[in-house]
Amino acid sequence: MNKPSPRLTPRSSAALKTYSVLVFFLALKAVGNSSMAWGMRQVTERMSMNPAVYVRAMLNPFVAVGVLALILALLTRIALFSLADLSFILPVTAVGYVIAVFLGKMFLEETVTRQRWLGALLIFAGAALVGSTTRNTTSPSSGRGRK
Amino acid sequence: MKWILVAAMVIATVLGDLLQSHQMKRAGEQSVSAGGFKRLLQVIAQRRLLILGIACNSVSFFTFMALVQTEPLSFAVPVSSASFVLETVLAKFVLHERIGARRAAGALVVLAGVVLVGG
Repeated sequence: MNKPSPRLTPRSSAALKTYSVLVFFLALKAVGNSSMAWGMRQVTERMSMNPAVYVRAMLNPFVAVGVLALILALLTRIALFSLADLSFILPVTAVGYVIAVFLGKMFLEETVTRQRWLGALLIFAGAALVGSTTRNTTSPSSGRGRK
Repeated sequence: MKWILVAAMVIATVLGDLLQSHQMKRAGEQSVSAGGFKRLLQVIAQRRLLILGIACNSVSFFTFMALVQTEPLSFAVPVSSASFVLETVLAKFVLHERIGARRAAGALVVLAGVVLVGG
Protein backbone atom coordinates (compact mmCIF):
# COMPACT_ATOMS: atom_id res chain seq x y z
CA MET A 1 0.00 0.00 0.00
CA ASN A 2 2.43 2.66 1.23
CA LYS A 3 5.55 3.33 -0.74
CA PRO A 4 8.63 2.30 1.23
CA SER A 5 10.22 5.37 2.77
CA PRO A 6 13.74 6.11 1.49
CA ARG A 7 15.11 6.95 4.92
CA LEU A 8 16.36 4.18 7.17
CA THR A 9 13.77 2.76 9.51
CA PRO A 10 15.09 0.97 12.63
CA ARG A 11 14.26 -2.29 10.90
CA SER A 12 16.25 -1.56 7.74
CA SER A 13 19.19 -0.13 9.67
CA ALA A 14 19.31 -3.39 11.68
CA ALA A 15 19.33 -5.26 8.37
CA LEU A 16 22.14 -3.07 7.09
CA LYS A 17 24.14 -3.74 10.23
CA THR A 18 23.61 -7.50 9.95
CA TYR A 19 24.72 -7.53 6.31
CA SER A 20 27.78 -5.36 6.94
CA VAL A 21 28.90 -7.62 9.79
CA LEU A 22 28.27 -10.60 7.49
CA VAL A 23 30.40 -9.09 4.69
CA PHE A 24 33.13 -8.22 7.20
CA PHE A 25 33.12 -11.83 8.45
CA LEU A 26 33.34 -13.25 4.91
CA ALA A 27 36.23 -10.88 4.08
CA LEU A 28 38.17 -11.83 7.21
CA LYS A 29 37.60 -15.51 6.56
CA ALA A 30 38.74 -15.18 2.93
CA VAL A 31 41.88 -13.22 3.84
CA GLY A 32 42.60 -15.60 6.73
CA ASN A 33 42.20 -18.81 4.77
CA SER A 34 44.13 -17.60 1.71
CA SER A 35 46.99 -16.20 3.76
CA MET A 36 47.13 -19.39 5.83
CA ALA A 37 47.07 -21.64 2.75
CA TRP A 38 49.78 -19.56 1.04
CA GLY A 39 51.97 -19.59 4.14
CA MET A 40 51.50 -23.30 4.84
CA ARG A 41 52.86 -24.09 1.38
CA GLN A 42 56.13 -22.54 2.46
CA VAL A 43 56.24 -24.52 5.70
CA THR A 44 58.15 -27.72 5.02
CA GLU A 45 57.66 -29.38 8.40
CA ARG A 46 54.89 -31.98 8.44
CA MET A 47 51.97 -31.30 10.80
CA SER A 48 51.44 -33.76 13.64
CA MET A 49 49.72 -34.00 17.01
CA ASN A 50 52.66 -32.10 18.51
CA PRO A 51 51.49 -28.52 19.24
CA ALA A 52 55.04 -27.17 18.89
CA VAL A 53 54.86 -27.83 15.15
CA TYR A 54 51.85 -25.48 14.85
CA VAL A 55 53.60 -22.80 16.88
CA ARG A 56 56.67 -23.05 14.60
CA ALA A 57 54.43 -22.82 11.52
CA MET A 58 53.10 -19.50 12.89
CA LEU A 59 56.60 -18.03 12.59
CA ASN A 60 55.80 -17.75 8.89
CA PRO A 61 54.32 -14.23 8.49
CA PHE A 62 51.56 -15.38 6.10
CA VAL A 63 50.47 -18.06 8.55
CA ALA A 64 50.58 -15.50 11.39
CA VAL A 65 48.42 -13.01 9.47
CA GLY A 66 46.07 -15.87 8.57
CA VAL A 67 45.68 -16.96 12.19
CA LEU A 68 45.06 -13.36 13.31
CA ALA A 69 42.41 -12.82 10.61
CA LEU A 70 40.71 -16.11 11.51
CA ILE A 71 40.60 -15.17 15.22
CA LEU A 72 38.94 -11.84 14.26
CA ALA A 73 36.58 -13.81 12.00
CA LEU A 74 35.60 -16.01 14.96
CA LEU A 75 34.81 -12.93 17.07
CA THR A 76 32.87 -11.35 14.20
CA ARG A 77 30.82 -14.52 13.82
CA ILE A 78 29.99 -14.39 17.55
CA ALA A 79 28.84 -10.78 17.09
CA LEU A 80 26.73 -11.97 14.15
CA PHE A 81 24.99 -14.47 16.44
CA SER A 82 23.72 -11.48 18.45
CA LEU A 83 22.08 -10.07 15.32
CA ALA A 84 20.59 -13.05 13.49
CA ASP A 85 19.31 -16.63 13.86
CA LEU A 86 21.65 -19.62 13.73
CA SER A 87 19.47 -21.08 10.96
CA PHE A 88 19.98 -17.81 9.04
CA ILE A 89 23.74 -17.48 9.61
CA LEU A 90 24.67 -21.04 8.60
CA PRO A 91 23.40 -20.91 4.99
CA VAL A 92 24.40 -17.29 4.30
CA THR A 93 27.95 -17.76 5.60
CA ALA A 94 28.29 -20.79 3.29
CA VAL A 95 28.98 -18.15 0.61
CA GLY A 96 32.48 -18.37 2.12
CA TYR A 97 32.92 -21.71 0.27
CA VAL A 98 32.22 -19.91 -3.02
CA ILE A 99 34.77 -17.19 -2.22
CA ALA A 100 37.29 -19.88 -1.27
CA VAL A 101 36.78 -21.63 -4.62
CA PHE A 102 37.32 -18.31 -6.45
CA LEU A 103 40.40 -17.32 -4.49
CA GLY A 104 41.83 -20.82 -4.78
CA LYS A 105 41.55 -20.57 -8.55
CA MET A 106 42.82 -16.99 -8.83
CA PHE A 107 45.73 -16.94 -6.42
CA LEU A 108 46.65 -20.51 -5.57
CA GLU A 109 46.16 -21.82 -9.11
CA GLU A 110 43.89 -24.65 -8.00
CA THR A 111 41.82 -26.36 -10.65
CA VAL A 112 38.07 -25.94 -10.30
CA THR A 113 35.91 -28.65 -11.83
CA ARG A 114 32.50 -28.03 -13.39
CA GLN A 115 30.92 -29.87 -10.47
CA ARG A 116 32.53 -27.42 -8.06
CA TRP A 117 31.25 -24.40 -10.01
CA LEU A 118 27.76 -25.92 -9.95
CA GLY A 119 28.06 -26.39 -6.18
CA ALA A 120 29.15 -22.75 -5.82
CA LEU A 121 26.14 -21.64 -7.85
CA LEU A 122 23.76 -23.67 -5.65
CA ILE A 123 25.30 -22.18 -2.49
CA PHE A 124 24.73 -18.69 -3.87
CA ALA A 125 21.13 -19.43 -4.84
CA GLY A 126 20.33 -21.07 -1.50
CA ALA A 127 22.02 -18.29 0.48
CA ALA A 128 20.06 -15.66 -1.46
CA LEU A 129 16.84 -17.52 -0.67
CA VAL A 130 17.66 -17.70 3.05
CA GLY A 131 18.92 -14.10 2.98
CA SER A 132 15.46 -12.95 1.97
CA THR A 133 13.85 -14.41 5.12
CA THR A 134 13.46 -12.64 8.48
CA ARG A 135 16.94 -12.58 10.00
CA ASN A 136 15.99 -12.80 13.60
CA THR A 137 12.88 -14.70 14.69
CA THR A 138 13.68 -14.92 18.40
CA SER A 139 14.29 -11.29 19.38
CA PRO A 140 11.43 -9.47 21.17
CA SER A 141 11.02 -7.10 18.20
CA SER A 142 10.46 -9.98 15.76
CA GLY A 143 6.94 -10.57 17.01
CA ARG A 144 7.61 -13.71 18.99
CA GLY A 145 7.82 -11.73 22.21
CA ARG A 146 4.77 -9.62 21.39
CA LYS A 147 1.53 -10.36 23.19
CA MET B 1 39.10 -44.10 13.38
CA LYS B 2 37.83 -42.06 10.45
CA TRP B 3 34.25 -42.14 11.67
CA ILE B 4 35.24 -41.42 15.26
CA LEU B 5 36.90 -38.22 14.02
CA VAL B 6 33.84 -37.35 11.94
CA ALA B 7 31.51 -37.91 14.92
CA ALA B 8 33.74 -35.85 17.24
CA MET B 9 33.92 -33.04 14.68
CA VAL B 10 30.16 -32.93 14.03
CA ILE B 11 29.24 -33.07 17.73
CA ALA B 12 31.77 -30.34 18.60
CA THR B 13 30.55 -28.09 15.75
CA VAL B 14 26.88 -28.50 16.62
CA LEU B 15 27.41 -27.98 20.35
CA GLY B 16 29.70 -25.00 19.77
CA ASP B 17 27.32 -23.17 17.45
CA LEU B 18 24.23 -23.90 19.56
CA LEU B 19 25.94 -22.60 22.71
CA GLN B 20 27.22 -19.47 20.96
CA SER B 21 23.89 -18.68 19.34
CA HIS B 22 21.99 -19.39 22.58
CA GLN B 23 24.28 -17.10 24.57
CA MET B 24 24.46 -14.29 22.04
CA LYS B 25 20.68 -14.10 21.66
CA ARG B 26 20.73 -13.00 25.30
CA ALA B 27 23.76 -10.73 25.23
CA GLY B 28 22.25 -7.85 23.27
CA GLU B 29 23.35 -6.54 19.89
CA GLN B 30 27.10 -6.45 19.34
CA SER B 31 29.14 -4.55 16.77
CA VAL B 32 32.55 -5.07 15.18
CA SER B 33 34.12 -1.64 15.54
CA ALA B 34 37.29 -1.35 17.67
CA GLY B 35 35.15 -0.58 20.71
CA GLY B 36 32.69 -3.27 19.67
CA PHE B 37 35.36 -5.97 19.80
CA LYS B 38 36.43 -4.77 23.24
CA ARG B 39 32.86 -4.97 24.49
CA LEU B 40 32.45 -8.38 22.85
CA LEU B 41 35.52 -9.70 24.67
CA GLN B 42 33.97 -8.51 27.95
CA VAL B 43 30.73 -10.31 27.08
CA ILE B 44 32.71 -13.49 26.34
CA ALA B 45 34.65 -13.23 29.61
CA GLN B 46 31.38 -13.08 31.55
CA ARG B 47 29.65 -16.03 29.92
CA ARG B 48 31.00 -19.47 30.71
CA LEU B 49 28.75 -21.29 28.27
CA LEU B 50 29.96 -18.99 25.51
CA ILE B 51 33.57 -19.85 26.35
CA LEU B 52 32.59 -23.52 26.27
CA GLY B 53 31.07 -22.91 22.83
CA ILE B 54 34.33 -21.38 21.57
CA ALA B 55 36.27 -24.32 23.06
CA CYS B 56 33.98 -26.65 21.07
CA ASN B 57 34.89 -24.64 17.95
CA SER B 58 38.56 -25.30 18.50
CA VAL B 59 37.93 -29.03 19.07
CA SER B 60 36.03 -29.12 15.77
CA PHE B 61 38.85 -27.18 14.05
CA PHE B 62 41.57 -29.59 15.20
CA THR B 63 39.52 -32.73 14.47
CA PHE B 64 38.94 -31.34 10.97
CA MET B 65 42.70 -30.80 10.58
CA ALA B 66 43.35 -34.37 11.76
CA LEU B 67 40.70 -35.68 9.36
CA VAL B 68 42.15 -33.97 6.29
CA GLN B 69 45.58 -35.36 7.09
CA THR B 70 44.39 -38.86 6.35
CA GLU B 71 41.23 -38.35 4.28
CA PRO B 72 40.78 -36.33 1.07
CA LEU B 73 39.15 -32.90 1.32
CA SER B 74 36.43 -34.23 -0.98
CA PHE B 75 35.40 -36.53 1.88
CA ALA B 76 36.03 -34.16 4.79
CA VAL B 77 34.09 -31.13 3.52
CA PRO B 78 30.83 -32.86 2.51
CA VAL B 79 30.80 -35.07 5.61
CA SER B 80 31.29 -32.01 7.84
CA SER B 81 28.11 -30.52 6.39
CA ALA B 82 26.17 -33.13 8.40
CA SER B 83 26.46 -30.58 11.21
CA PHE B 84 24.58 -28.12 9.02
CA VAL B 85 21.47 -30.33 8.94
CA LEU B 86 21.64 -31.18 12.64
CA GLU B 87 22.12 -27.54 13.62
CA THR B 88 19.19 -26.29 11.55
CA VAL B 89 16.89 -28.89 13.14
CA LEU B 90 18.15 -28.06 16.63
CA ALA B 91 17.85 -24.30 15.94
CA LYS B 92 14.12 -24.95 15.56
CA PHE B 93 13.61 -27.19 18.56
CA VAL B 94 16.22 -25.93 21.02
CA LEU B 95 16.62 -22.26 20.09
CA HIS B 96 12.95 -21.94 18.97
CA GLU B 97 13.83 -20.20 15.72
CA ARG B 98 11.05 -20.06 13.16
CA ILE B 99 12.14 -21.89 10.06
CA GLY B 100 9.67 -21.26 7.28
CA ALA B 101 9.45 -23.03 3.94
CA ARG B 102 11.72 -20.50 2.21
CA ARG B 103 14.52 -20.77 4.76
CA ALA B 104 14.29 -24.58 4.84
CA ALA B 105 14.39 -24.75 1.04
CA GLY B 106 17.35 -22.35 0.90
CA ALA B 107 19.25 -24.36 3.52
CA LEU B 108 18.70 -27.56 1.51
CA VAL B 109 19.95 -25.90 -1.71
CA VAL B 110 23.04 -24.65 0.13
CA LEU B 111 23.62 -28.13 1.54
CA ALA B 112 23.52 -29.64 -1.95
CA GLY B 113 26.00 -26.97 -3.05
CA VAL B 114 28.39 -27.69 -0.20
CA VAL B 115 28.35 -31.41 -1.01
CA LEU B 116 29.10 -30.64 -4.68
CA VAL B 117 31.91 -28.19 -3.85
CA GLY B 118 33.53 -30.75 -1.57
CA GLY B 119 32.90 -33.79 -3.73
